[in-house]
Amino acid sequence: MSAPSDTAPLVPERRRGLAALLPASVRALYAGNARMFVVRGFLSAKTNNWIVVLSGFFEPVFFLIAMGIGLGTYIGDVELANGQTVPYAAFIAPALLAVSAMNGAVYDSTWNVFFKMHFGKLYDAVLSTSMGPLDVALGEISYALLRGLVYATGFLTVMQLMGLNQSWTAILSLPAVLLVAFGFASVGMAITSYMKTFQQMDWINFVMLPMFLFSATFFPLDVYPEAIQRLIQALPLWHAVELVRGLTLGQFGPQLLVHVGYFVAMIAVGITFTTRRLRALFLD
Amino acid sequence: MVHAQSLTKKYGDFTAVDGIDFEVAPGESFGLLGPNGAGKSTTMRMVGAVSSRTGGDLSVLGLDPDTHGPQIRAQLGVVPQEDNLDAELKVRDNLIVYGRYFGLSRAVCAARADELLDFAQLTEKAQAKVDDLSGGMKRRLTIARALINTPRVLMLDEPTTGLDPQARHVLWDRLFRLKEQGTTLVVTTHYMDEAEQLCDRLVVVDHGRIMAEGSPAALIREHSSREVVELRFGSTRNAAVAAELEGVGDRIEVLPDRILIYTPSGEDALEHVSRAGLHPTTSLVRRASLEDVFLRLTGRSLIE
Ligand SMILES: Nc1ncnc2c1ncn2[C@@H]1O[C@H](COP(=O)(O)OP(=O)(O)O)[C@@H](O)[C@H]1O
Ligand SMILES: [Mg+2]
Repeated sequence: MSAPSDTAPLVPERRRGLAALLPASVRALYAGNARMFVVRGFLSAKTNNWIVVLSGFFEPVFFLIAMGIGLGTYIGDVELANGQTVPYAAFIAPALLAVSAMNGAVYDSTWNVFFKMHFGKLYDAVLSTSMGPLDVALGEISYALLRGLVYATGFLTVMQLMGLNQSWTAILSLPAVLLVAFGFASVGMAITSYMKTFQQMDWINFVMLPMFLFSATFFPLDVYPEAIQRLIQALPLWHAVELVRGLTLGQFGPQLLVHVGYFVAMIAVGITFTTRRLRALFLD
Repeated sequence: MVHAQSLTKKYGDFTAVDGIDFEVAPGESFGLLGPNGAGKSTTMRMVGAVSSRTGGDLSVLGLDPDTHGPQIRAQLGVVPQEDNLDAELKVRDNLIVYGRYFGLSRAVCAARADELLDFAQLTEKAQAKVDDLSGGMKRRLTIARALINTPRVLMLDEPTTGLDPQARHVLWDRLFRLKEQGTTLVVTTHYMDEAEQLCDRLVVVDHGRIMAEGSPAALIREHSSREVVELRFGSTRNAAVAAELEGVGDRIEVLPDRILIYTPSGEDALEHVSRAGLHPTTSLVRRASLEDVFLRLTGRSLIE
């Protein structure tokens, strides 16, 4: 046979467990096939440049060495709100872990998505199959998360080797980092889907840099005046840093649930807007 | 397979598709012929369940695209006007990954990818990057990709626009094979030769409306005489000469660069012209085509 004909048996569309149970309005958006987007991501990474993928691992490690060890020898120990003192490197390492989760997720969900949306025409092609916009959103985000998980595991191993993890709960920072990345990726993708020009995309960097510097990343929050503290506490990165730091330093408590809740809300809002927007853009 | 009635699409106050009716039967090769901006792509997108209609009825494979988009898309093969291959993947992976978007297993996709590469004459290019393919190859790959889910209807939006003549013929040959095997095709084009080659039946569309419908031969019979004489006197003289030719043939059409005489017999008409003492710089007798049908119906040529 050289080509299919009408009489060739139609290979049945494989029904994926959960998707078949969803109401029709959701099934129009979701085929339960998001993982195929992850498959695509791996094939694309294999075909294209591995160096870019590797650099994501080394960036936070370099920061940790320069700031933690270099600067840390001058700074000495840091006293936490609960009176516990830890070496400076142990203080910033969890923050760097959270920041790298944020950066990876934001890069993958903004610049990457923007390019595919406006130049690669990838989504036009995908949405003319049985995939829905929710598959695309979840698939794109899942790929970013998997990549982020690999980096986080590497970085956490480095922290362990440097003796910066103060508690067994450090292992829980892996799922925490996934949650953080999921939150940033969902909102990043939602925002990107509204962006039309490169100038608008630059605003993202404009927001990211101050957030990176001030979210209790390199110094404790109480160095700032009260009003600024409140502002910082409203930002997602502060919640991410506190969550991960709480786990690697063993400050396990109910306050962590607040941070978790913050990211659950981010995910819900981000996914809702992304799906809606992709539908409007590609299935008008 | 497809059933459209008063199908309408508006973008704001602009009506891109203005109440069209058509039907596509199984195994048929159906065409939409019309100039740029006629609303062909918009119609294809509505049938392909990637654009919702503003009004009218539409049923594709017995389903309503408003409520069964994914189920319809699962059974269609779509070749969009502009290639949207995945430039980050190799040629063969483009087919496999696309098949997997439909939920087909890896093994099925791999087997079909190899068959389709063979069909599209791209087997040697299986491991090439998409950007290294020629325009014609990209187009064939897009067609192969559209076939990966063994679609019940293959939709082609301007399949050969932008290709050189040789690449067009290769592509037509592939599409003929599909036609022979009974694949239902829906094709849009603004090339009358393509419409004549590929379509069993077509509608002529202009400004979002259907101007005529029928097989290419029937449309020509109905809207044109059998033969056409093309005369060129130089653009400044055409209009003046046309007045003198009044009464020759069934009908005369004056275009900026030439005069067309519609007549059952081109030879007789040419004799008339020389008897009238007129000496065109060039003259040509040809059979009437869909281009003439379009000109008759709209007063304009298909390609400006
Ligand atoms: N998304 C859109 N928004 C506004 N106008 C559009 C859009 N898509 C197409 N149009 C307009 O609708 C008309 C028909 O377009 P199209 O269907 O692409 O025509 P064709 O494919 O026959 O060349 C054109 O005038 C085009 O400018
Ligand atoms: Mg078009």
